[in-house]
Amino acid sequence: MTTTAADQAESPTPRVSGATVDGGEIAKFEKMAAEWWDPHGKFRPLHKFNPTRLAYIRDAIAGHLGRDPQSAAPLRGLRLLDVGCGGGLVCEPMRRLGAEVVGIDASEMNVKVAATHAEETGLSIDYRASTVEALVDGGEPQFDAVLNLEAVEHVADVDLFLQSSAALVKPGGIMVVATINRTLKAVATAKIGAEYVLRWLPVGTHDPRKFVKPSEIERAIRPTGMTVKASAGVAYNLLTDAWRVVDDVAVNYMIVATKPGGPGNA
Amino acid sequence: MTLQTVAPAMGAVAAIPLGGRPVASPDRPAATKDIAMTNDERDQANSEQGGDLRVDVAIVGGGLAGGSLALALAGAGFRVALVDATDPSVMRDAAFDGRTTALAYATARMFRRLGLWDAIAPSAEPIRDILVTDGALESPSRRGGVVDSHLWFDGAALDGEPYLGWIVENQIIRNALFDAIEATDAITLLAPASASGTSFDAGAARISLKDGRRIFADLAVAADGKRSALAAAADIRSHAWGYGQKAIVCSVAHERSHDGVAQEYFLPGGPFAILPMTNSRCSLVWTERADAADAYIALPDDAFLEAIGARFGVYLGALSLASPRWSFPLGFHFSESFVARRLALVGDAARAIHPIAGQGFNLGLKDVAALVDVLTSARGLGRDIGDLSVLDEYDRWRRFDSAALAFGTDMLNRLFSNDVGPIRAARRLGLSAVNALGPLKRTFMRESGADLGRLPSLLQPERVSSAP
Repeated sequence: MTTTAADQAESPTPRVSGATVDGGEIAKFEKMAAEWWDPHGKFRPLHKFNPTRLAYIRDAIAGHLGRDPQSAAPLRGLRLLDVGCGGGLVCEPMRRLGAEVVGIDASEMNVKVAATHAEETGLSIDYRASTVEALVDGGEPQFDAVLNLEAVEHVADVDLFLQSSAALVKPGGIMVVATINRTLKAVATAKIGAEYVLRWLPVGTHDPRKFVKPSEIERAIRPTGMTVKASAGVAYNLLTDAWRVVDDVAVNYMIVATKPGGPGNA
Repeated sequence: MTLQTVAPAMGAVAAIPLGGRPVASPDRPAATKDIAMTNDERDQANSEQGGDLRVDVAIVGGGLAGGSLALALAGAGFRVALVDATDPSVMRDAAFDGRTTALAYATARMFRRLGLWDAIAPSAEPIRDILVTDGALESPSRRGGVVDSHLWFDGAALDGEPYLGWIVENQIIRNALFDAIEATDAITLLAPASASGTSFDAGAARISLKDGRRIFADLAVAADGKRSALAAAADIRSHAWGYGQKAIVCSVAHERSHDGVAQEYFLPGGPFAILPMTNSRCSLVWTERADAADAYIALPDDAFLEAIGARFGVYLGALSLASPRWSFPLGFHFSESFVARRLALVGDAARAIHPIAGQGFNLGLKDVAALVDVLTSARGLGRDIGDLSVLDEYDRWRRFDSAALAFGTDMLNRLFSNDVGPIRAARRLGLSAVNALGPLKRTFMRESGADLGRLPSLLQPERVSSAP
């Protein structure tokens, strides 16, 4: 029992959960949240991967906006959008680092799970079942930072998706994209290795034809005025069972893009 | 920090906004632990909630490991509650704990960083050399004679570290810790206070105290020693066995200088350690079969002293008792896991080992330093410090690191606590062989200096900048 009278009364309007959700539903989402957040469970690969990308994202945003990444809340006050938020594995740390976080996911289930977990841990995060296109159409105010992590390789129209995401970035803002490269090495490791050999992911999680090259991301966002500032690979070491940032972007990689303009960036 | 008592009724859970703080706008849900709260805001939120205490880390057990952890965490910017069932004024008293601790040189680095070393150093006797001897009671070493099977650890062989370690009375460390804790705003000391219930859930570790107060923490730490109640509450099992041995502990004053030499004799009943203390005293750690230990403890002073003298030998001249005697049953336990959701085990709560190598406390402090590193880096990434994905890192680091030492000391005790002829011959050969091998000996010395393995930052050597 972690929800309190105050939590329920003050639940933010955009949240999917609310007074109309029955007890059985809540129990179901609590169970699913526990699955998402179980570091030994089926999302273990994400949990192993998370610290490495969190550090990269924190440093990229803090660096771009001239903040000290080692300070207590380096993202304090920044409006941040996490696209494809899943169970909230990135939203929650971003919130703790100080950002005002909006997390969206096309799956209503994911959003309910993420909202349930945030409520359990007492974090205020604005989760919505939505897409970047819908946010743009709805006139959503722009964000200081937009995170697009492991989402690009699952969408139908990469260019539209990236352009909509970029449209949600404030002038002077930053976007971080993480995905899988379309290379033979990526097919061998991220597809065959992760799904068939290590059995980290269910078979069929990824369609290698949908893997995206860094140049394709750069080309897609160019019309929006965003330019790529940095990129890095993320590689797994089987011996240490840990991920680390590397130069090689042939498999998993992250791209940092920024938008000109804004205070101090004009 | 003021704490008011709260109505202990469980029904209060729903009524009191546990995670709540005054909410300004409806789109900001209540959440005391939400980020971006300054410590002042948190204090205010705490007091407005009628005395429930919300902290980052709640430590149960205010002994040497728990107290050190509280200080180290506070130093790293965490808000800490420290709970102990015993009144600190009792724990500070010399009669509370007559033991001494062998501070490894890496452990001393940590005390320096925590600002405790100045208070400890005047009462710490450096260990310059360690002499390990195997033998029956009539061995010539007891008369200062030459021994044929021995191991001689010479402090001069360690680069950059002047001593192998220090011997300090636990009381000295305890008082230095409490002085510092009482002067640290970020630590709320709740003692005497005992827990009536604990739970570990997705939102917080909750500790209910018998007086009705409640603590909510992102992480609870069990520093409550062997047979930890907190570990049991989290269903963490432990492999445990007794040795049928007890350690008799006391201090003796002696005529001649001990020259900073620590001696360990392996006698049939168990190891007999003579540890150099300040003011021409030595601390004895005398392991015996439990029944024999009880009989020795019951002896009148002069007969007890004679029994010590028979083991001690004459190399330090005439002896006199310099403290009361204590005895402690010896056992081994090793927890199956050092972590659970929202719980980490440190020190003896994680594992207790035989004092044969004088490593128990140093292992505990290494836990403390490692946990501080893991939590600090997790917080820097905005991760939940009570989450298993964070705590797993600590578990892997410390459980695997200390398993070898824990089971090694167990073997060592079994090997040495007997008088079987062939085993004695084999271990004599072993001692002489290790003694002849420089690199192996240095490894032993660094291990006993708690200086091996992946070192937490609190234990790393100070960076020395060369003078211009």
